[in-house]
Amino acid sequence: MVLTVNGERQEVAAATVAALLEALGYEGRFFAVAVNQEVVRRARWAETPLAEGDQVEILTPRQGG
Amino acid sequence: MNLYGQEVASRLLIGTALYPSPAVMEQALQASGAEIVTVSLRRESAGGRAGDAFWRIIQSLGVKILPNTAGCRTVKEAVTTAELARELFGTPWIKLEVIGDDETLQPDVVALVEAAGILLRDGFEVFPYTTEDLTVAQRLVDAGCRVVMPWAAPIGSGQGVTNKAALRTLRARLPDVTLIVDAGIGAPSHAAEAMELGYDGVLLNTAIAKADDPVGMARAFALALEAGRAGFEAGLMPPRDFATPSTPVVGTPFWHAAG
Repeated sequence: MVLTVNGERQEVAAATVAALLEALGYEGRFFAVAVNQEVVRRARWAETPLAEGDQVEILTPRQGG
Repeated sequence: MNLYGQEVASRLLIGTALYPSPAVMEQALQASGAEIVTVSLRRESAGGRAGDAFWRIIQSLGVKILPNTAGCRTVKEAVTTAELARELFGTPWIKLEVIGDDETLQPDVVALVEAAGILLRDGFEVFPYTTEDLTVAQRLVDAGCRVVMPWAAPIGSGQGVTNKAALRTLRARLPDVTLIVDAGIGAPSHAAEAMELGYDGVLLNTAIAKADDPVGMARAFALALEAGRAGFEAGLMPPRDFATPSTPVVGTPFWHAAG
């Protein structure tokens, strides 16, 4: 299915948030995830399904004022 | 300074952006004596490690984190970003920014009040970045904000306090609210002026990060805040329209009574 990950459309096979992160190589790092502008808590990554057209944001701490 | 029940000694809150290098940022943050630093949340590509590297430095400093919602333009974006920040950093603190105008980065104060209400009801401790407008500040306080952060001037402009009368009014009308001047400070004297007005703290970034010597400037701001606050606590004399001699007139040499 096609998802939008950090603003870029991608064809992925992953069925859950956890699977997507692992497939993309994000495993084990310090970041937060939102799907369709709703936060998905870390504890729920494994059980949260993804659907065609979902918008996924993967964010890390960065410089800010 | 009291921030939602937490006492902090340093009145300086400092941003982590725009430094010439991570090493200079680290030294400048240390030199500032600030106990609170602002950070943002940004997209990380799958291969990227920028977030990790930055976060390791910040963690090593042992400072409190004030995440921001910089760049958000709607209530929904700001609320979601705040929730992501709480998930990531484990803090209820959020510097709430909702930008209303791209040219001036002026806050959208209508959206700000709405977003603040939503977040406060959800348990956040909101630090709203706002204008010097008194009624907006009162609405934020009514919503539950115990900290309000009016701008001195537009973000990154370095103009200093452009509406001193309004900031003075805010201080007088909101005596029990923690007031922090956020944005527009360009020089240590600007920060000292904010402190002399009775503000509890100052939040700045560009003036230190973009100085020729950010570490030296961080130290200068720390001194300016201390001086300005001490001046406020000591009680400033009221300005007068006419000169009043400071040296005693009695006993002036070569003085002769008329006639």
